[in-house]
Amino acid sequence: MYSEKVMDHFSNPRNVGEIENADGVGEVGNAHCGDIMKIYLKVEDDKIVDVKFKTFGCGAAIATSSIATEMIKGKTIEEAEKLTNKAVVESLDGLPAAKMHCSVLAEEAVKAAIEDYRNKNNK
Amino acid sequence: MSRRVYMDHAATTYVNKDVLEAMLPFYTELFGNPSSVHQFGREVKKHIDKAREQVAKAIGALPEEIYFTAGGSEADNWAIKGIAYANRNKGNHIITTQIEHPGLLESCRFLEKEGFEITYLPVDQFGMISVGDVENAITEKTVLISVMYANNEIGTVQPIQEVAKLAKDKKIVFHTDAVQAVGSIDINVKEQGIDLLSLSAHKFYGPKGVGALYVRKGVKLTNLIHGGHQERSRRAGTENVAGIIGLGKAIELAASRLEENSKRIKGLSDKLITGVMEKVPYTRLNGHPDNRLPGNTSFCFEFIEGESLLLNLDIKGIAGSSGSACSSGSLDPSHVLLAIGLPHEIAHGSLRLSLGDINTEEDVDYVLEVLPPIVDRLRQMSPLFEKVKGGK
Ligand SMILES: Cc1ncc(COP(=O)(O)O)c(C=O)c1O
Ligand SMILES: [Zn+2]
Repeated sequence: MYSEKVMDHFSNPRNVGEIENADGVGEVGNAHCGDIMKIYLKVEDDKIVDVKFKTFGCGAAIATSSIATEMIKGKTIEEAEKLTNKAVVESLDGLPAAKMHCSVLAEEAVKAAIEDYRNKNNK
Repeated sequence: MSRRVYMDHAATTYVNKDVLEAMLPFYTELFGNPSSVHQFGREVKKHIDKAREQVAKAIGALPEEIYFTAGGSEADNWAIKGIAYANRNKGNHIITTQIEHPGLLESCRFLEKEGFEITYLPVDQFGMISVGDVENAITEKTVLISVMYANNEIGTVQPIQEVAKLAKDKKIVFHTDAVQAVGSIDINVKEQGIDLLSLSAHKFYGPKGVGALYVRKGVKLTNLIHGGHQERSRRAGTENVAGIIGLGKAIELAASRLEENSKRIKGLSDKLITGVMEKVPYTRLNGHPDNRLPGNTSFCFEFIEGESLLLNLDIKGIAGSSGSACSSGSLDPSHVLLAIGLPHEIAHGSLRLSLGDINTEEDVDYVLEVLPPIVDRLRQMSPLFEKVKGGK
């Protein structure tokens, strides 16, 4: 049911972990509905130099977290902010219809982490 | 790698070789329609009668009390709707439980729209109903009590005989969905006082899409499938002949090996349960510690989600199932896990490994070797686990 790309990111997730003293942290979702995503950003000169994630969730949730971190690493905050759910799903070669809701979290988590970064830095 | 371990027998089983062999002639040389007058039909009819006897014998019923269906779901639908409609002038109240299979629960929900009232009894933390609750729920309008014999997700076996006795005392019809129990637990409908019982061949090494409803002689039941005169004009449709032959053979085989098989499989399940509980912290065993199906093991691993666990196990060749929302395609985890009182986040981390004939000690050892590091890795990735880390 999952594409090879999804299974690749699911079985070898990139950028798993935490960043100490991260410049921005975003956590979205809740345990009640079964998916939680937490993203940590390290930012230098408005550029995302490092990103890590932790996810409680299904295969789709883990794979979207993983690829989303890859997609924003090295990008500027403005670029990263434009990350969409659609782009995440496309770069995973699609997701089953029933799993689309799990993929929304990646976009939301990135936005939440950027917002946290902006709040901390008054930007 | 390349080791494959099937531990999803509660979902379905393979067809036993002897069962398949018994079925095959009915696709080729013995192809007649059992309703036909000619020899081709008549000889097939004899074999269907024999299968009916096999099923009856295995559960302590009479052959004329067995009606073949297209599986467990149809048997459940027929029992619930058939009894409800047949007793409309007597009352409109049905008692069942919160943990029934969807085949039964959805039949009840359908009847609710038709004006019937359904009581869905709660269960305790082990998935057990209370016979006292059943008694308290009875009104003068109650026409049916339906309690599943054993639960498909958590394996809990209910006090069927006591509920049946209570129903009998109150002159209420008693049905049990025994789809998971038949073939693993010794059942005798007469001794246990069961009026109707659903069973399905693909849970005991028979083919899919065939089952039966036992209806005690004298119980009034409205037909569900209207048409020709098959099944003594109770259930229309040209018989799934090979399937019925397979069901007969499978239930006969299962009954003949029941005690020995269940004992062996229970030994493996116990070993698996003990091993998992020992090796994986923050784990719960779902279902009743003692009164459970011999092949059922069901766990909740805190801080992780069931589907990602299933996928990781699948990569290692291990087949299980989960009641998490994301593996069921809904937003809620399984109604059974919620009914035993688990919070959503814990119910999401469920894993059912159901053992059967093909499983060995080596399979259990392999699972015990592979499972703990997978759970650990997923926990290391889980934001929920951060909060408890170091507190082992
Ligand atoms: C308890 C129970 N009842 C009913 C069914 C439905 O049986 P079938 O798949 O033959 O329709 C199942 C099987 O999934 C079951 O486990
Ligand atoms: Zn999900």
